[in-house]
Amino acid sequence: MGERFAEKDLARLDEVLADLGSQRGTLIPILQKAQEIFGYLPREVLIRISEKINVPISQIYGVVTFYAQFHLKPRGKNIVRSCQGTACHVRGAKAILAELRKQLGLEEGESTTKDLGFTLETVACIGCCGLAPVLMINDETHGRLVPDAIKGILDNYR
Amino acid sequence: MEKLARAHVLCCGGTGCSSSGSKEIIPALKEKLAARGMADEVKVVETGCHGLCELGPLVIVYPEGVFYTRVQLSDVDEIVETHLVKGRVIERLLFREPATLASVPDYDDIAFYKKQHRYALVNCGHINPESMEEYIGAEGYEGLAKALAMKPEDVIAEIKKSGLRGRGGAGFPTGNKWQFTRNAAGDKKYVVCNADEGDPGAFMDRSVLEGDPHRVLEGMIICGYAVGADEGYIYCRAEYPLAIKRLQGAIKQAMEAGLLGDNILESGFSFTIHIKEGAGAFVCGEETALLGSIEGRRGMPRPRPPFPANSGLWGKPTNINNVETFANIPSIMRDGGDYFASQGTETSKGTKVFALTGKINNTGLAEVPMGITMREIIYDIGGGIPNGKKFKAVQIGGPSGGCLPEQLLDLAIDYESLTKAGAMMGSGGLVVMDETTCMVDVARYFLNFTQDESCGKCTPCREGTKRMLEILNRICDGKGTEDDIPLLESLAKSIKAGSLCALGQTAPNPVLSTLNFFRHEYEAHIRDHKCPAGVCTAFVGYTITDACRGCGLCKKACPVEAISGEVKSKHVIDPEKCIKCGACQAKCPFKAIDKG
Repeated sequence: MGERFAEKDLARLDEVLADLGSQRGTLIPILQKAQEIFGYLPREVLIRISEKINVPISQIYGVVTFYAQFHLKPRGKNIVRSCQGTACHVRGAKAILAELRKQLGLEEGESTTKDLGFTLETVACIGCCGLAPVLMINDETHGRLVPDAIKGILDNYR
Repeated sequence: MEKLARAHVLCCGGTGCSSSGSKEIIPALKEKLAARGMADEVKVVETGCHGLCELGPLVIVYPEGVFYTRVQLSDVDEIVETHLVKGRVIERLLFREPATLASVPDYDDIAFYKKQHRYALVNCGHINPESMEEYIGAEGYEGLAKALAMKPEDVIAEIKKSGLRGRGGAGFPTGNKWQFTRNAAGDKKYVVCNADEGDPGAFMDRSVLEGDPHRVLEGMIICGYAVGADEGYIYCRAEYPLAIKRLQGAIKQAMEAGLLGDNILESGFSFTIHIKEGAGAFVCGEETALLGSIEGRRGMPRPRPPFPANSGLWGKPTNINNVETFANIPSIMRDGGDYFASQGTETSKGTKVFALTGKINNTGLAEVPMGITMREIIYDIGGGIPNGKKFKAVQIGGPSGGCLPEQLLDLAIDYESLTKAGAMMGSGGLVVMDETTCMVDVARYFLNFTQDESCGKCTPCREGTKRMLEILNRICDGKGTEDDIPLLESLAKSIKAGSLCALGQTAPNPVLSTLNFFRHEYEAHIRDHKCPAGVCTAFVGYTITDACRGCGLCKKACPVEAISGEVKSKHVIDPEKCIKCGACQAKCPFKAIDKG
């Protein structure tokens, strides 16, 4: 395991486990922190968590695959969330999503760019309906979108 | 002591306005004021949300109460020089009524706010949400002080008297819920705040959490005292990072001030609050699923009874309310239940926050007394439908709700009247639709959502929503048959009857409600192979006419490279590649693209 992951990342994971592992109901916060460290939840990391906090790997896998927030595959440096909420839907979210795919050069079925620069996801609603259609890149929200604006927004993160 | 400022400039720092640029405006204003030597006389305050997100960034200058909209970084100099130095109002930045285009300088005269009665949202946009002192200055924590001097039973009696009902969806009487938890046997009890606002189109809880976090804490502490709990959890969506940050800050301040923690205000009562971040699952808004998620499990609902009031978090009695419900508690305690009960209708007391979105001029949050009509909300507060389009329907209650057509616009809104009309209060999301919205597509949109978010535990919901979605896809793709409508209705009935939780029980509502009021649209798709609103892509196509001059703008605008053609010669659209987004038509300077 040490070969694939940086020692300092593993040390950070162990710190999280030491800190939260003994408290009850902390599986989700542990997974959230682990994903923060590694960018996603690699198999080896899940096994390490399972062994340290003594929760069966099957149960952990069940939790990971239940929540939209957790990812078993590597993700891009920037996470683009295109909102598909009702307000965005009626105000043209479809064209925004198509433009995002075009600008990021994503083929059908792909969600992460080859250079791991961006991962494109859709979300049900980010609660910013007044500015529909909207998208979020990392923690920043961009609203009142038109397809033309997408390139400029993405360029700021390249 | 801080010097008294002669003017206050309130700048909205909510998520909407931040993303429109207020993050740069606030420091620029402070810098400019400092450069002018006015830093001491004019105070810049970053506030929470005013609700008119579409017109952000919003800036209000007090004492006059002048309301500026869509303020840009380049306007900062003028605001300081013209307004704050010379005392002249900047006409071009004023709010304009969409109906008359008349500019309105005074915040209180704007139609959007005039009909509102801001009770839960009273502080949002008016105080700095990161300052506990400002919350206390706005009578914050007075309700708690009053409650702590009363017997817990009397606190519950006051809430019962107010008639407050749960603002999260089902509308269960809050006082009764508290009573159940209080009566439950056990020493250890919990209070949980449901801040997993998942309904697409609803953002009132986000606004309260970001704009007035102490109010939610105060509501929870009062609840803890009343039901006999010493620990609380706020389960907040991870998609709301600013809300989480403000809550963390508020908890820290309240701990330091002795309003949270041990022996609150020397009353002997102790209470702590933790924040749990959700991990992205709509079903976690259901209370038993939410509890499962806090415990670190898959968030799947379980049968009730036992209700959380008797067996909730880790098997202990637990009282769960949503953000807006808790946000009403401090004022009810402060003003007394009778005042709250004096507003609203016979069965639904007080005010309700609605999130107005979709095809409407003033999108944003509106808090109105129960019993108001939909027409008043849409036309008086919302300013009507933009671009001269005709109103078709308003969808209320999100994926669990239904739509109301034109003929029901004068319905007085409360929990009962909406349910009777086949919709529901839900969390209060209102999505306005005009003649260019296809009701079959809307139903499909919601089914797609609930199907995706179904946790999979019970068969009617897991399989039934999938089958309903397949049928709706078929209809939208032009392949529907006469049998599809009765089949949809029969499936809807089974899913409603056979699902364990509210997600499944209400998932068919958008279909039933659109079938009820807009059956002809379904029939047009099936019989005439037409989408009357021109939305369903199977029935529409874009073609380029001879008016094309070959400028290439459409080719550039197309997100899927469906348009080809040489410069200065007529372009063509490949119907196979075209996703019918309309981007080309919007761009064409020669009106050479037809939709048909």
